[in-house]
Amino acid sequence: MNDPNLDGVAIQFRDVSFRPVDNREILRDLNLEIRRGETLVLLGRSGSGKTTTLKLINRLLDPTEGTVLVDGRPTTAWDVSRLRRMIGYVIQEVGLFPHFTVERNIALVPRIENWPTERIQKRVHELLQLVGLDAQLLSRYPRELSGGQRQRVGVARALAADPPFLLMDEPFGALDPITRTELQREFLSLQERLQKTVVFVTHDMREALSLGTRIALLEAGRLVTVDAPDQFLNSTNPLVVAYVDAFRTDVRTSHHRGTS
Amino acid sequence: MNFWQFMLQNSGQVLEQTLEHLWLVGVSTVLAVLIGIPLGILITRLPKLNKPVLGAANVIQTIPSLALFGFLLPAPWIGTRADRLAILALTLYALLPMIRNTYVGIQGVDRAVVEAGRGMGMTDRQLLFQVELPLAIGVIIAGVRVATVISVGLATIAAAIGAGGLGEFIFRGLAMVNNAVILAGAIPAALLALAADFGFGWLEKRLQPS
Repeated sequence: MNDPNLDGVAIQFRDVSFRPVDNREILRDLNLEIRRGETLVLLGRSGSGKTTTLKLINRLLDPTEGTVLVDGRPTTAWDVSRLRRMIGYVIQEVGLFPHFTVERNIALVPRIENWPTERIQKRVHELLQLVGLDAQLLSRYPRELSGGQRQRVGVARALAADPPFLLMDEPFGALDPITRTELQREFLSLQERLQKTVVFVTHDMREALSLGTRIALLEAGRLVTVDAPDQFLNSTNPLVVAYVDAFRTDVRTSHHRGTS
Repeated sequence: MNFWQFMLQNSGQVLEQTLEHLWLVGVSTVLAVLIGIPLGILITRLPKLNKPVLGAANVIQTIPSLALFGFLLPAPWIGTRADRLAILALTLYALLPMIRNTYVGIQGVDRAVVEAGRGMGMTDRQLLFQVELPLAIGVIIAGVRVATVISVGLATIAAAIGAGGLGEFIFRGLAMVNNAVILAGAIPAALLALAADFGFGWLEKRLQPS
Protein backbone atom coordinates (compact mmCIF):
# COMPACT_ATOMS: atom_id res chain seq x y z
CA MET A 1 0.00 0.00 0.00
CA ASN A 2 3.02 2.30 -0.45
CA ASP A 3 1.94 3.24 -3.92
CA PRO A 4 0.50 6.75 -3.55
CA ASN A 5 -2.10 5.95 -6.20
CA LEU A 6 -3.63 3.33 -3.98
CA ASP A 7 -4.14 5.67 -1.08
CA GLY A 8 -6.00 8.46 -2.82
CA VAL A 9 -9.70 9.04 -2.65
CA ALA A 10 -11.30 7.86 -5.88
CA ILE A 11 -14.96 8.47 -5.18
CA GLN A 12 -16.45 10.72 -2.58
CA PHE A 13 -20.02 11.27 -1.43
CA ARG A 14 -20.53 14.65 0.21
CA ASP A 15 -23.81 15.16 2.11
CA VAL A 16 -25.67 13.29 -0.56
CA SER A 17 -29.43 12.87 -0.34
CA PHE A 18 -31.62 11.34 -2.96
CA ARG A 19 -35.36 11.77 -3.22
CA PRO A 20 -37.15 10.82 -6.42
CA VAL A 21 -40.09 12.91 -7.58
CA ASP A 22 -42.60 11.35 -5.21
CA ASN A 23 -40.40 12.62 -2.36
CA ARG A 24 -39.78 9.33 -0.64
CA GLU A 25 -36.34 9.59 0.89
CA ILE A 26 -34.07 6.90 -0.52
CA LEU A 27 -30.75 8.24 0.73
CA ARG A 28 -30.06 10.77 3.42
CA ASP A 29 -26.90 12.72 4.16
CA LEU A 30 -24.50 10.15 2.82
CA ASN A 31 -20.84 10.89 3.44
CA LEU A 32 -18.52 8.22 2.18
CA GLU A 33 -15.04 7.97 0.70
CA ILE A 34 -13.99 5.16 -1.56
CA ARG A 35 -10.24 4.70 -1.85
CA ARG A 36 -8.39 3.92 -5.01
CA GLY A 37 -7.86 0.21 -5.51
CA GLU A 38 -10.14 -0.97 -2.71
CA THR A 39 -13.26 -3.08 -2.89
CA LEU A 40 -15.92 -1.27 -0.95
CA VAL A 41 -18.96 -3.41 -0.29
CA LEU A 42 -22.30 -1.72 0.16
CA LEU A 43 -24.22 -4.05 2.43
CA GLY A 44 -27.85 -3.76 3.43
CA ARG A 45 -31.28 -5.20 2.93
CA SER A 46 -33.58 -4.51 0.03
CA GLY A 47 -34.60 -0.86 -0.08
CA SER A 48 -31.69 0.33 2.05
CA GLY A 49 -30.35 2.50 -0.78
CA LYS A 50 -27.41 0.35 -1.97
CA THR A 51 -28.29 0.33 -5.64
CA THR A 52 -29.20 4.01 -5.55
CA THR A 53 -25.77 4.77 -4.12
CA LEU A 54 -24.20 2.84 -6.98
CA LYS A 55 -26.26 4.58 -9.66
CA LEU A 56 -25.28 7.97 -8.26
CA ILE A 57 -21.67 7.12 -9.13
CA ASN A 58 -22.20 6.46 -12.85
CA ARG A 59 -24.88 9.11 -12.98
CA LEU A 60 -27.78 6.90 -13.82
CA LEU A 61 -29.18 9.06 -11.04
CA ASP A 62 -28.36 12.60 -9.95
CA PRO A 63 -28.25 13.52 -6.26
CA THR A 64 -31.12 15.66 -4.98
CA GLU A 65 -28.71 17.32 -2.57
CA GLY A 66 -24.97 17.14 -2.13
CA THR A 67 -22.22 16.09 -4.51
CA VAL A 68 -20.71 12.88 -5.73
CA LEU A 69 -17.09 13.33 -6.76
CA VAL A 70 -15.34 10.93 -9.10
CA ASP A 71 -11.62 11.60 -9.42
CA GLY A 72 -12.23 14.82 -7.54
CA ARG A 73 -14.79 16.13 -9.97
CA PRO A 74 -18.57 16.26 -9.41
CA THR A 75 -20.41 13.67 -11.52
CA THR A 76 -22.62 16.47 -12.83
CA ALA A 77 -19.55 18.23 -14.24
CA TRP A 78 -18.36 15.19 -16.21
CA ASP A 79 -19.42 14.51 -19.75
CA VAL A 80 -21.80 11.71 -18.89
CA SER A 81 -20.69 9.27 -21.60
CA ARG A 82 -17.02 9.77 -20.74
CA LEU A 83 -17.72 9.28 -17.06
CA ARG A 84 -19.59 6.05 -17.69
CA ARG A 85 -16.99 4.66 -20.04
CA MET A 86 -14.37 4.79 -17.32
CA ILE A 87 -16.69 2.94 -14.96
CA GLY A 88 -17.39 -0.72 -15.68
CA TYR A 89 -20.89 -1.78 -14.71
CA VAL A 90 -22.06 -5.28 -13.84
CA ILE A 91 -25.63 -5.95 -12.72
CA GLN A 92 -27.47 -8.97 -11.38
CA GLU A 93 -29.68 -9.46 -14.43
CA VAL A 94 -26.40 -9.17 -16.34
CA GLY A 95 -28.04 -7.01 -19.00
CA LEU A 96 -26.23 -8.73 -21.84
CA PHE A 97 -27.67 -7.75 -25.19
CA PRO A 98 -29.69 -10.78 -26.28
CA HIS A 99 -29.27 -10.00 -29.99
CA PHE A 100 -25.47 -9.68 -29.79
CA THR A 101 -23.06 -12.61 -29.76
CA VAL A 102 -20.72 -13.02 -26.80
CA GLU A 103 -18.01 -11.37 -28.88
CA ARG A 104 -20.05 -8.27 -29.68
CA ASN A 105 -21.28 -8.03 -26.12
CA ILE A 106 -17.74 -8.00 -24.77
CA ALA A 107 -16.59 -5.58 -27.47
CA LEU A 108 -19.39 -3.13 -26.77
CA VAL A 109 -17.45 -0.31 -25.15
CA PRO A 110 -14.34 -0.62 -27.37
CA ARG A 111 -16.66 -0.43 -30.37
CA ILE A 112 -18.47 2.67 -29.23
CA GLU A 113 -15.04 4.12 -28.45
CA ASN A 114 -14.09 3.33 -32.08
CA TRP A 115 -11.08 1.15 -31.42
CA PRO A 116 -9.51 -0.41 -34.53
CA THR A 117 -10.88 -3.90 -35.25
CA GLU A 118 -7.63 -5.76 -34.57
CA ARG A 119 -7.18 -4.14 -31.21
CA ILE A 120 -10.76 -5.05 -30.30
CA GLN A 121 -10.24 -8.68 -31.29
CA LYS A 122 -7.04 -8.92 -29.34
CA ARG A 123 -8.69 -7.38 -26.31
CA VAL A 124 -11.69 -9.72 -26.50
CA HIS A 125 -9.39 -12.74 -26.44
CA GLU A 126 -7.43 -11.35 -23.52
CA LEU A 127 -10.65 -10.83 -21.62
CA LEU A 128 -11.92 -14.32 -22.33
CA GLN A 129 -8.79 -15.72 -20.73
CA LEU A 130 -9.04 -13.30 -17.87
CA VAL A 131 -12.55 -14.42 -16.91
CA GLY A 132 -11.94 -18.06 -17.78
CA LEU A 133 -14.16 -18.52 -20.82
CA ASP A 134 -13.56 -20.73 -23.84
CA ALA A 135 -13.01 -18.98 -27.18
CA GLN A 136 -15.62 -21.33 -28.68
CA LEU A 137 -18.29 -19.31 -26.91
CA LEU A 138 -17.54 -16.14 -28.87
CA SER A 139 -20.13 -16.79 -31.56
CA ARG A 140 -22.84 -17.90 -29.13
CA TYR A 141 -25.76 -15.81 -27.98
CA PRO A 142 -26.38 -15.09 -24.29
CA ARG A 143 -29.42 -17.39 -24.17
CA GLU A 144 -27.16 -20.30 -25.11
CA LEU A 145 -24.96 -19.81 -22.04
CA SER A 146 -25.29 -20.96 -18.45
CA GLY A 147 -25.88 -18.40 -15.69
CA GLY A 148 -22.25 -18.54 -14.61
CA GLN A 149 -20.98 -18.08 -18.16
CA ARG A 150 -23.31 -15.15 -18.69
CA GLN A 151 -22.05 -13.48 -15.55
CA ARG A 152 -18.45 -14.01 -16.70
CA VAL A 153 -19.30 -12.36 -20.01
CA GLY A 154 -20.85 -9.52 -18.03
CA VAL A 155 -17.61 -9.05 -16.10
CA ALA A 156 -15.54 -9.25 -19.29
CA ARG A 157 -17.76 -6.63 -20.91
CA ALA A 158 -17.38 -4.33 -17.93
CA LEU A 159 -13.59 -4.67 -18.03
CA ALA A 160 -13.29 -4.32 -21.80
CA ALA A 161 -11.95 -0.78 -22.03
CA ASP A 162 -9.89 -1.30 -18.87
CA PRO A 163 -11.85 1.20 -16.78
CA PRO A 164 -10.28 2.23 -13.47
CA PHE A 165 -13.65 1.82 -11.71
CA LEU A 166 -15.99 -1.10 -11.45
CA LEU A 167 -19.54 -1.03 -10.11
CA MET A 168 -21.09 -4.38 -9.34
CA ASP A 169 -24.74 -4.65 -8.32
CA GLU A 170 -25.35 -8.08 -6.77
CA PRO A 171 -23.49 -9.64 -9.68
CA PHE A 172 -23.55 -13.16 -8.28
CA GLY A 173 -26.97 -12.99 -6.62
CA ALA A 174 -28.84 -15.14 -9.12
CA LEU A 175 -26.28 -17.95 -9.30
CA ASP A 176 -26.32 -21.32 -7.56
CA PRO A 177 -24.13 -21.48 -4.42
CA ILE A 178 -21.30 -23.45 -6.03
CA THR A 179 -20.98 -21.21 -9.09
CA ARG A 180 -21.27 -18.19 -6.83
CA THR A 181 -18.38 -19.30 -4.64
CA GLU A 182 -16.33 -20.07 -7.73
CA LEU A 183 -16.95 -16.62 -9.20
CA GLN A 184 -16.26 -14.93 -5.87
CA ARG A 185 -12.90 -16.67 -5.71
CA GLU A 186 -12.11 -15.63 -9.27
CA PHE A 187 -13.16 -12.10 -8.51
CA LEU A 188 -10.67 -11.97 -5.65
CA SER A 189 -7.76 -13.18 -7.75
CA LEU A 190 -8.79 -10.87 -10.59
CA GLN A 191 -8.98 -7.90 -8.26
CA GLU A 192 -5.58 -8.75 -6.80
CA ARG A 193 -4.09 -8.42 -10.27
CA LEU A 194 -6.13 -5.52 -11.62
CA GLN A 195 -6.45 -3.32 -8.53
CA LYS A 196 -9.60 -1.58 -9.74
CA THR A 197 -11.61 0.67 -7.52
CA VAL A 198 -14.63 -1.53 -6.96
CA VAL A 199 -17.98 -0.71 -5.40
CA PHE A 200 -19.85 -3.93 -4.79
CA VAL A 201 -23.49 -4.15 -3.74
CA THR A 202 -24.80 -7.18 -1.89
CA HIS A 203 -27.20 -8.18 0.89
CA ASP A 204 -25.18 -11.33 1.61
CA MET A 205 -22.89 -10.74 4.57
CA ARG A 206 -20.77 -13.76 3.83
CA GLU A 207 -20.04 -12.30 0.38
CA ALA A 208 -19.32 -8.90 1.91
CA LEU A 209 -16.87 -10.39 4.40
CA SER A 210 -14.96 -12.39 1.84
CA LEU A 211 -14.77 -9.79 -0.94
CA GLY A 212 -14.68 -6.42 0.77
CA THR A 213 -11.68 -4.37 1.79
CA ARG A 214 -14.23 -2.39 3.74
CA ILE A 215 -17.91 -2.85 4.33
CA ALA A 216 -20.41 0.00 4.40
CA LEU A 217 -23.68 -0.96 6.06
CA LEU A 218 -26.73 0.95 4.87
CA GLU A 219 -30.05 0.92 6.65
CA ALA A 220 -33.14 2.78 5.45
CA GLY A 221 -31.14 5.23 3.36
CA ARG A 222 -28.55 6.04 6.02
CA LEU A 223 -24.99 4.92 6.35
CA VAL A 224 -24.62 3.01 9.62
CA THR A 225 -20.90 2.33 9.58
CA VAL A 226 -17.88 1.67 7.37
CA ASP A 227 -15.48 -0.96 8.68
CA ALA A 228 -12.93 -3.51 7.61
CA PRO A 229 -14.41 -7.04 7.71
CA ASP A 230 -12.87 -8.12 11.03
CA GLN A 231 -13.86 -4.86 12.75
CA PHE A 232 -17.30 -5.20 11.26
CA LEU A 233 -17.81 -8.58 12.92
CA ASN A 234 -16.75 -7.18 16.29
CA SER A 235 -18.69 -3.94 16.02
CA THR A 236 -20.88 -2.95 18.95
CA ASN A 237 -23.19 -0.84 16.83
CA PRO A 238 -26.66 -2.34 17.46
CA LEU A 239 -27.62 -2.30 13.76
CA VAL A 240 -24.42 -4.10 12.79
CA VAL A 241 -24.88 -6.57 15.65
CA ALA A 242 -28.42 -7.26 14.45
CA TYR A 243 -27.17 -7.89 10.93
CA VAL A 244 -24.37 -10.16 12.09
CA ASP A 245 -26.74 -12.07 14.39
CA ALA A 246 -29.28 -12.59 11.64
CA PHE A 247 -26.50 -13.99 9.48
CA ARG A 248 -25.27 -16.36 12.20
CA THR A 249 -28.79 -17.68 12.86
CA ASP A 250 -29.16 -18.19 9.17
CA VAL A 251 -25.96 -20.22 8.99
CA ARG A 252 -26.99 -22.35 11.97
CA THR A 253 -30.48 -23.13 10.65
CA SER A 254 -29.26 -23.96 7.18
CA HIS A 255 -26.66 -26.23 8.77
CA HIS A 256 -29.40 -28.01 10.76
CA ARG A 257 -31.48 -28.43 7.68
CA GLY A 258 -28.51 -29.89 5.89
CA THR A 259 -27.76 -32.54 8.51
CA SER A 260 -31.23 -33.69 9.53
CA MET B 1 -72.34 -15.00 -66.24
CA ASN B 2 -70.44 -16.66 -63.39
CA PHE B 3 -67.36 -15.43 -61.53
CA TRP B 4 -64.78 -17.33 -63.60
CA GLN B 5 -66.24 -16.18 -66.90
CA PHE B 6 -66.19 -12.58 -65.68
CA MET B 7 -62.59 -12.89 -64.54
CA LEU B 8 -61.50 -14.33 -67.87
CA GLN B 9 -63.26 -11.74 -69.94
CA ASN B 10 -62.05 -8.85 -67.80
CA SER B 11 -58.64 -10.11 -66.77
CA GLY B 12 -56.93 -6.96 -68.01
CA GLN B 13 -59.16 -4.73 -65.95
CA VAL B 14 -58.89 -6.94 -62.87
CA LEU B 15 -55.12 -6.68 -63.08
CA GLU B 16 -55.28 -2.93 -63.53
CA GLN B 17 -57.58 -2.47 -60.53
CA THR B 18 -55.37 -4.76 -58.45
CA LEU B 19 -52.30 -2.70 -59.29
CA GLU B 20 -54.19 0.48 -58.49
CA HIS B 21 -55.22 -1.07 -55.20
CA LEU B 22 -51.63 -2.03 -54.43
CA TRP B 23 -50.53 1.51 -55.24
CA LEU B 24 -53.01 3.05 -52.80
CA VAL B 25 -52.08 0.60 -50.03
CA GLY B 26 -48.35 0.67 -50.76
CA VAL B 27 -47.92 4.44 -50.81
CA SER B 28 -50.08 4.97 -47.75
CA THR B 29 -48.28 2.25 -45.80
CA VAL B 30 -44.86 3.66 -46.64
CA LEU B 31 -46.04 7.14 -45.58
CA ALA B 32 -47.49 5.74 -42.36
CA VAL B 33 -44.21 3.96 -41.61
CA LEU B 34 -42.25 7.15 -42.24
CA ILE B 35 -44.50 9.17 -39.94
CA GLY B 36 -45.65 6.58 -37.42
CA ILE B 37 -42.37 4.96 -36.42
CA PRO B 38 -40.56 8.25 -35.69
CA LEU B 39 -43.62 9.42 -33.74
CA GLY B 40 -43.62 6.17 -31.78
CA ILE B 41 -39.93 6.68 -30.96
CA LEU B 42 -40.55 10.31 -30.05
CA ILE B 43 -43.15 9.44 -27.42
CA THR B 44 -40.78 6.99 -25.74
CA ARG B 45 -38.39 9.94 -25.34
CA LEU B 46 -40.96 12.56 -24.40
CA PRO B 47 -43.52 10.81 -22.22
CA LYS B 48 -45.56 14.02 -22.02
CA LEU B 49 -46.50 13.63 -25.68
CA ASN B 50 -47.52 10.03 -25.19
CA LYS B 51 -51.18 10.63 -24.35
CA PRO B 52 -51.91 13.37 -26.90
CA VAL B 53 -50.25 11.52 -29.78
CA LEU B 54 -51.80 8.12 -29.07
CA GLY B 55 -55.09 9.86 -28.29
CA ALA B 56 -55.13 11.68 -31.63
CA ALA B 57 -54.28 8.52 -33.55
CA ASN B 58 -57.05 6.75 -31.66
CA VAL B 59 -59.60 9.43 -32.49
CA ILE B 60 -58.74 9.21 -36.20
CA GLN B 61 -59.27 5.47 -36.00
CA THR B 62 -62.82 5.96 -34.73
CA ILE B 63 -63.94 8.17 -37.63
CA PRO B 64 -65.99 6.07 -40.07
CA SER B 65 -63.97 5.71 -43.24
CA LEU B 66 -66.58 7.12 -45.64
CA ALA B 67 -66.96 10.16 -43.40
CA LEU B 68 -63.17 10.65 -43.29
CA PHE B 69 -63.03 10.68 -47.09
CA GLY B 70 -65.80 13.28 -47.03
CA PHE B 71 -64.07 15.45 -44.42
CA LEU B 72 -60.88 15.56 -46.47
CA LEU B 73 -62.66 16.55 -49.69
CA PRO B 74 -62.34 20.34 -49.19
CA ALA B 75 -58.60 20.12 -48.45
CA PRO B 76 -56.46 22.01 -50.99
CA TRP B 77 -54.25 19.95 -53.37
CA ILE B 78 -55.36 16.77 -51.63
CA GLY B 79 -59.06 17.17 -52.32
CA THR B 80 -58.59 17.79 -56.02
CA ARG B 81 -57.54 14.25 -56.79
CA ALA B 82 -59.29 11.18 -55.51
CA ASP B 83 -56.18 9.01 -55.23
CA ARG B 84 -54.37 11.62 -53.10
CA LEU B 85 -57.40 11.81 -50.89
CA ALA B 86 -57.57 8.06 -50.53
CA ILE B 87 -53.85 7.79 -49.76
CA LEU B 88 -54.10 10.47 -47.10
CA ALA B 89 -57.05 8.77 -45.44
CA LEU B 90 -55.40 5.34 -45.55
CA THR B 91 -52.20 6.82 -44.11
CA LEU B 92 -54.11 8.36 -41.23
CA TYR B 93 -55.79 5.05 -40.45
CA ALA B 94 -52.51 3.17 -40.53
CA LEU B 95 -50.83 5.55 -38.07
CA LEU B 96 -52.28 4.11 -34.87
CA PRO B 97 -50.89 0.58 -35.19
CA MET B 98 -47.50 1.97 -36.28
CA ILE B 99 -47.18 4.46 -33.43
CA ARG B 100 -48.59 2.13 -30.80
CA ASN B 101 -46.48 -0.87 -31.74
CA THR B 102 -43.29 1.16 -31.98
CA TYR B 103 -43.97 2.61 -28.55
CA VAL B 104 -44.98 -0.69 -26.97
CA GLY B 105 -42.08 -2.52 -28.65
CA ILE B 106 -39.48 -0.12 -27.31
CA GLN B 107 -41.06 0.07 -23.86
CA GLY B 108 -41.06 -3.73 -23.82
CA VAL B 109 -37.29 -4.02 -24.19
CA ASP B 110 -35.82 -5.45 -20.98
CA ARG B 111 -35.04 -2.51 -18.69
CA ALA B 112 -31.92 -4.27 -17.39
CA VAL B 113 -30.53 -4.39 -20.92
CA VAL B 114 -31.20 -0.71 -21.55
CA GLU B 115 -29.82 0.29 -18.18
CA ALA B 116 -26.69 -1.77 -18.71
CA GLY B 117 -26.16 -0.07 -22.07
CA ARG B 118 -26.72 3.37 -20.63
CA GLY B 119 -24.52 2.57 -17.63
CA MET B 120 -21.69 1.65 -19.94
CA GLY B 121 -21.81 4.98 -21.67
CA MET B 122 -23.90 4.38 -24.77
CA THR B 123 -25.47 7.56 -26.05
CA ASP B 124 -29.23 7.72 -26.53
CA ARG B 125 -28.79 7.37 -30.27
CA GLN B 126 -26.56 4.30 -29.90
CA LEU B 127 -29.04 2.75 -27.49
CA LEU B 128 -31.90 3.41 -29.88
CA PHE B 129 -30.28 2.06 -33.03
CA GLN B 130 -28.14 -0.73 -31.58
CA VAL B 131 -30.37 -1.98 -28.80
CA GLU B 132 -33.93 -0.74 -28.61
CA LEU B 133 -34.97 -0.80 -32.26
CA PRO B 134 -33.33 -4.18 -33.06
CA LEU B 135 -35.01 -5.72 -30.01
CA ALA B 136 -38.38 -4.10 -30.75
CA ILE B 137 -38.36 -4.82 -34.48
CA GLY B 138 -40.67 -7.84 -34.27
CA VAL B 139 -43.36 -5.82 -32.50
CA ILE B 140 -42.92 -2.92 -34.91
CA ILE B 141 -43.28 -5.20 -37.96
CA ALA B 142 -46.39 -6.67 -36.35
CA GLY B 143 -47.80 -3.13 -36.38
CA VAL B 144 -46.97 -2.72 -40.06
CA ARG B 145 -48.63 -6.06 -40.70
CA VAL B 146 -51.87 -5.13 -38.96
CA ALA B 147 -51.91 -1.72 -40.63
CA THR B 148 -51.39 -3.19 -44.08
CA VAL B 149 -54.09 -5.83 -43.72
CA ILE B 150 -56.58 -3.20 -42.53
CA SER B 151 -55.51 -0.89 -45.35
CA VAL B 152 -56.18 -3.50 -48.03
CA GLY B 153 -59.76 -3.80 -46.81
CA LEU B 154 -60.28 -0.09 -46.29
CA ALA B 155 -58.92 0.78 -49.71
CA THR B 156 -61.93 -0.89 -51.34
CA ILE B 157 -64.03 1.96 -49.97
CA ALA B 158 -61.78 4.46 -51.76
CA ALA B 159 -63.66 3.53 -54.94
CA ALA B 160 -66.65 5.38 -53.51
CA ILE B 161 -64.81 8.65 -54.07
CA GLY B 162 -63.48 7.54 -57.43
CA ALA B 163 -59.97 6.62 -56.35
CA GLY B 164 -60.11 3.30 -58.16
CA GLY B 165 -58.79 0.01 -56.87
CA LEU B 166 -60.63 -3.24 -56.41
CA GLY B 167 -63.52 -1.46 -54.74
CA GLU B 168 -64.66 -0.45 -58.25
CA PHE B 169 -65.86 -3.99 -58.91
CA ILE B 170 -67.50 -4.25 -55.53
CA PHE B 171 -69.47 -1.03 -55.92
CA ARG B 172 -70.35 -1.85 -59.54
CA GLY B 173 -71.45 -5.36 -58.57
CA LEU B 174 -73.59 -3.95 -55.77
CA ALA B 175 -75.27 -1.56 -58.19
CA MET B 176 -75.85 -4.33 -60.73
CA VAL B 177 -76.87 -6.85 -58.06
CA ASN B 178 -74.29 -9.16 -59.60
CA ASN B 179 -72.34 -11.39 -57.26
CA ALA B 180 -69.77 -12.36 -59.89
CA VAL B 181 -68.71 -8.72 -60.26
CA ILE B 182 -68.59 -8.21 -56.47
CA LEU B 183 -66.40 -11.29 -56.14
CA ALA B 184 -64.08 -10.04 -58.89
CA GLY B 185 -63.20 -7.23 -56.46
CA ALA B 186 -63.57 -9.03 -53.17
CA ILE B 187 -61.54 -12.15 -53.91
CA PRO B 188 -58.37 -10.41 -55.19
CA ALA B 189 -58.64 -7.99 -52.23
CA ALA B 190 -58.87 -10.90 -49.82
CA LEU B 191 -55.88 -12.56 -51.49
CA LEU B 192 -53.88 -9.34 -51.20
CA ALA B 193 -54.71 -9.11 -47.51
CA LEU B 194 -53.68 -12.72 -46.96
CA ALA B 195 -50.45 -12.22 -48.88
CA ALA B 196 -49.60 -9.11 -46.84
CA ASP B 197 -50.41 -10.95 -43.64
CA PHE B 198 -48.27 -13.91 -44.60
CA GLY B 199 -45.37 -11.80 -45.93
CA PHE B 200 -45.09 -9.55 -42.89
CA GLY B 201 -45.65 -12.52 -40.60
CA TRP B 202 -42.65 -14.18 -42.17
CA LEU B 203 -40.58 -10.99 -41.88
CA GLU B 204 -41.60 -10.63 -38.25
CA LYS B 205 -40.31 -14.12 -37.45
CA ARG B 206 -37.12 -13.59 -39.43
CA LEU B 207 -36.21 -10.33 -37.73
CA GLN B 208 -37.32 -11.12 -34.20
CA PRO B 209 -34.23 -11.78 -32.10
CA SER B 210 -35.48 -14.54 -29.82
